[in-house]
Amino acid sequence: MTQPVDLNSYRNGPDAMGMFGMFGGCFVPETLMPLLIELHAAYTVACLDTQFKTALEELSTDYAGRPSKLYYAERLSIHLGGARIYLKREDLNHTGSHKINNCLGQILLALRMGKTRIIAETGAGQHGVAVATVSARFGLPCIVYMGTKDIERQKPNVFRMNLLGATVEPISAGHGTLKDAMNEALRDWVKNISNTYYLIGTAAGPHPYPKIVRDFQSVIGKEVRKQILEREGRLPDMIIAAVGGGSNAIGLFHPFLDETNVDIIGVEAGGRGLNTHEHCSSITAGSPGVLHGNRTYLLQNEDGQICNGHSISAGLDYPGIGPEHSWLKDICRVEYVPILDHEALEAFQLLTRVEGIIPALESSHALAEAVKRAPKMTKDKVVVVNLSGRGDKDIHTVGRARGLDM
Amino acid sequence: MITRIDRIFAALKVRGQKAMITYIMAGYPDYETGLAIMKTLPESGADVIELGIPFSDPIADGASIQVAGMRALRNGQTLQKTIKMVHAFRQNNNKTPVVVMGYYNPIYVYGVDRFLRDAQIAGVDGILVVDLPPEMDQELCIPARQAGISFIRIATPTTDDKRRPIVLQNTSGFIYYVSMTGITGQTLTNSMEIALSVKQIKAHTALPVAVGFGIKTADQVAKMSAIADGVIVGTAIINAITSTLDGQGKIVGNPIEAVDILVRNLHSSV
Repeated sequence: MTQPVDLNSYRNGPDAMGMFGMFGGCFVPETLMPLLIELHAAYTVACLDTQFKTALEELSTDYAGRPSKLYYAERLSIHLGGARIYLKREDLNHTGSHKINNCLGQILLALRMGKTRIIAETGAGQHGVAVATVSARFGLPCIVYMGTKDIERQKPNVFRMNLLGATVEPISAGHGTLKDAMNEALRDWVKNISNTYYLIGTAAGPHPYPKIVRDFQSVIGKEVRKQILEREGRLPDMIIAAVGGGSNAIGLFHPFLDETNVDIIGVEAGGRGLNTHEHCSSITAGSPGVLHGNRTYLLQNEDGQICNGHSISAGLDYPGIGPEHSWLKDICRVEYVPILDHEALEAFQLLTRVEGIIPALESSHALAEAVKRAPKMTKDKVVVVNLSGRGDKDIHTVGRARGLDM
Repeated sequence: MITRIDRIFAALKVRGQKAMITYIMAGYPDYETGLAIMKTLPESGADVIELGIPFSDPIADGASIQVAGMRALRNGQTLQKTIKMVHAFRQNNNKTPVVVMGYYNPIYVYGVDRFLRDAQIAGVDGILVVDLPPEMDQELCIPARQAGISFIRIATPTTDDKRRPIVLQNTSGFIYYVSMTGITGQTLTNSMEIALSVKQIKAHTALPVAVGFGIKTADQVAKMSAIADGVIVGTAIINAITSTLDGQGKIVGNPIEAVDILVRNLHSSV
């Protein structure tokens, strides 16, 4: 730990009940409660075990390719004419996104717990691919639940999962997106608790998942801290990440929460605009509710029925958000803003052209916010954007948005 | 305070009988027909009525109840209308206990205090919320008990010796024993294990224990009512209603009669 955790820290959550303020908790059927208690106990023990820590570090280094680079985007910075922009290159990790960080940690946990079957939900397929990858690496059968709409728009990832030996179960309920896939994964878990480990991909779900996922993803922020000190001799003025469920964002943010001189920006999917129903800005335009095991900001109607959002980016197409983000919003430590589909597409195009890096559409939302802010900042300011994933999977979506017949 | 739930189980016990607990989804196939079915249930043999609150994301339900809930929501069912349905039912029936059952979010968004007040006025006797385990008792369980509404708890095959006291604490009305680690509508298999679990729970509480999940046939009703104080039938009733609808959910048969025939048949085996 580079920072001491004290009573006045923003980094002490969750409490013993799994709460971050009023958010989080353990809102699950009784069948799952003993498992969550067991998971929490296993995780707590694992954290104290140097063997576990060493195994994870070795895999992170030799298998996933950590630490990921912190790249100074010189041409982008010059193009925007303001702050110096650094990109945290999570897109260069094995499997092409930050999702591998969490999957490596959790698969080691599953093995410790003696589980022999892995299930997961996926939206963009980045988490699904990462789960399929670690399942292949450790020889465990893997079932990935994925909405039919997402299967359609993320075909390359579906094929990758199949190649890796995973079974992709299509879910047509609801809008056929991440929310519906998560419902089905939870049903599977309730049915197969004795041998099954549910490898949740985002910093949401019932306690202790938001904490576990955050801890495994915090490697992002810890590395950025070290790397930017080496490069600039000081901490950044601003850090920016896209937020769907919020795992890459909390991973970047958490080690900086107590650095009150660092502005922290979470970027939600604004879709076709917050004045429409076609967005996924749970924090900016939603209200507190209970879904998928935790209390958090949700897109819902006045009867507490969950709405189906929209985003051009499958990974942000979720009507909720991790509970820690909801808390960070309410205490005003993190600012959450929406970015529209077309703004994300423009940022996607810009980075591709000026830096030769094709970003994921999720990460393009974070970039788009940097595109808005950097020109208003002076040249001595430093901004870090989490480039959470690579955009190869999105070329069909981008092509279609540009009117090309893919 | 003696509630309708306490009274019915006490009366059944005196007669040496077990409770037939029937689940229907509020607003399915539509509000009026659902209410008519509800009104008929006591005559058909239902001792307790569980009224499902439709929710967009029912993680503990199988396909049958999922579809029924979605249909109800599309027909404009809301929690407010579900409470209204209980109120309408109570105009002619002051005896049959009504337990509303569902997921927490609609209640949370309605407002816990407002919900408990309106539910009590309407004549709701108990609430069962699938995603509120004992760890979350401060949310609704404790306020409900203070408002005089029973909080029915679910016990499952994963509720072991260590967990049993936690589950039984703060519970009132009856215990809903879920026969399997699974979701609604699956197949019942392990009668012996269920019998053992029910016996273990009964050794630790004076409350009646009813068994639900997977009970669809008269034979299963007979088996389960031999080992518990009541049986809960849900998916079979929803399927009976669904069998009278066309693919678009339009009523083409007689759902009220279909439920009546099914419940009479099952009740004869209780």
